[in-house]
Amino acid sequence: MQQIIHFVIRYKNFLLYIFLMIVSLGFTIQSHSYHQSRFFNSSNWLTGNILETSNNVSTYFGLDAENQKLMDENRRLRDLLFNVGEIDSIVIDSTQRTYTITTGRVIKNSFSEPRNYITIDKGEEDSVNGDMGVITSKGILGIIENTSNHFATVQSILNEKSNINAKIKNTDHFGSLVWDMKRYDVVQLIDIPRLVKLTVGDTIVTGGMSSIFPENIPIGTIRKFDLNSSNSFYSIDVALFNDMTNIKNVYIVNNEYREEIEALENQTPSDD
Amino acid sequence: MISNSYFLNVIRFLLLVLVQVLVFNRLNFFGFINPMVYILFLYWYPIKEHRAAFIGLAFLLGISIDFFSDSMALHAASTLTIAYMRPAIMRFVFGVNFEFQSFKLSNTTRIQQITFLTLLIIVHHLVFFTLEIFSLANFLLILKKVLATGAVTLLLCLLFGSLFSVRKE
Repeated sequence: MQQIIHFVIRYKNFLLYIFLMIVSLGFTIQSHSYHQSRFFNSSNWLTGNILETSNNVSTYFGLDAENQKLMDENRRLRDLLFNVGEIDSIVIDSTQRTYTITTGRVIKNSFSEPRNYITIDKGEEDSVNGDMGVITSKGILGIIENTSNHFATVQSILNEKSNINAKIKNTDHFGSLVWDMKRYDVVQLIDIPRLVKLTVGDTIVTGGMSSIFPENIPIGTIRKFDLNSSNSFYSIDVALFNDMTNIKNVYIVNNEYREEIEALENQTPSDD
Repeated sequence: MISNSYFLNVIRFLLLVLVQVLVFNRLNFFGFINPMVYILFLYWYPIKEHRAAFIGLAFLLGISIDFFSDSMALHAASTLTIAYMRPAIMRFVFGVNFEFQSFKLSNTTRIQQITFLTLLIIVHHLVFFTLEIFSLANFLLILKKVLATGAVTLLLCLLFGSLFSVRKE
C-alpha cells in the first residue's frame, strides 16, 4: 500500500499529464467518429458574445461589398419575379409551406483546418435547431450542428465529415459532396457513374435526396474530373460559387417536414 | 512579489487567449497558416513554479482556445504535451545550469532562447497537426503544415518576445 502511495506521489506529474491527455484525446476522438463535441463549441454564451462583439466592429469594413452582394441577389430575384408572368394569387398560407427561411450573420468563420465550423448569431430563440441547412446568396454553406439560446455552429462544407447529396444540374445523376481537405475553394463530388457525360464547367446543384436542403441550390462548377481507382465512378473537382473566405450574411433553411421524413426513414429497415 | 507574478500570469493568460482567437486564428496566411502565439505563455512562465499547477494551467489555456475555435481538444492536448516536456527540453537546451536557483531565462544567450522556443513550437505543432489530420496517409500535409505554421509562429513569437520582454533585473 505504502509503495503505491509512494509511486503516485513520485509520478504525480506524469499521472496528471496522462490523465489530462486522455481527457483531451477522448474529446478529440469522440468527435472524429461522431459529432462535434456538445460542450466544446463556440456557440456557448461566453465565446458567442465575445466573438459577436469583435464581429460587430469588423463588419463595418465590408459593408460596401456586402451591400453589393445583396443588391445582386435582389436583382436576380426580381428578374425571376418579373419574368414569371401574371400571377393572380400567391399562396401565403403558412401551414402549406415546405421551407421556412431565417436570416443570420456569420460571427466566426474558418476554412484552413480539416474540420471547419462557422458560428452564426442565431440560435434556439430564433427557432434555429440542429440539422437545418445554411446557404448564402451564391450557394450552400453547411449544416447547423450545435445550437445555444442565441448562437449556432455550422458544419461547413469544408469539413471532412461533411457529406451532402448533390447532382449535376438538369439531370438526375446524384452523388455525394465531400471535401479532401486540400483547397478551400474546391470540393469533391463522388459516386457519379461513368456512363454520365460530363463537361468541364457543368453546374453542380443540391439533389433532392436530402431532407435538409431544397433541390437545385447552386454549389459550383466542374473544374476537372477523373475516374476513380475502380474505374466505375467519377471523382469530380467542384469549384465553389461561394468565396468561403468572405461570408457575412446567411440564410437558414428549415424543412417543415424534415422530422416527419426522418421518422419515416428510421422506421423503414434499410439494407446497409 | 509573489502576488505580482501571479497577477502578471493571469493578465498574460487572458491577453494571449484573446489575441489568439480574435487576431491570429483569422490570419489565414496563404490560406492555411494560423500562427499560435499563445505558446509564449509557456515560454514566459516562471521556471520554479509548482509543476502540477503549470501542467493544469497549460491544459486550461489550450481548452479555452479550443472553445473559441471549435477544434475539440486539439490545442489542449498539444499545449499539455509541451508543458509536460518543458523541463526535459530546458535540460537539453540549457544543460544542468537551469537547475540552479539563480537561473533566469534572461541570463541565457539569444541562441539558447531561440532554440528553446523553436523546440517548444515544433513539438506543439507536431502533436497538434497529427491529431488534427489524424491519418498517416497525409503525412506530407502534416509536415507542410508543421513547417510553414511553425516558421511563422516562431517569427511572431520572437517579435512579441522582444516587444514585451521581461525586464532585466
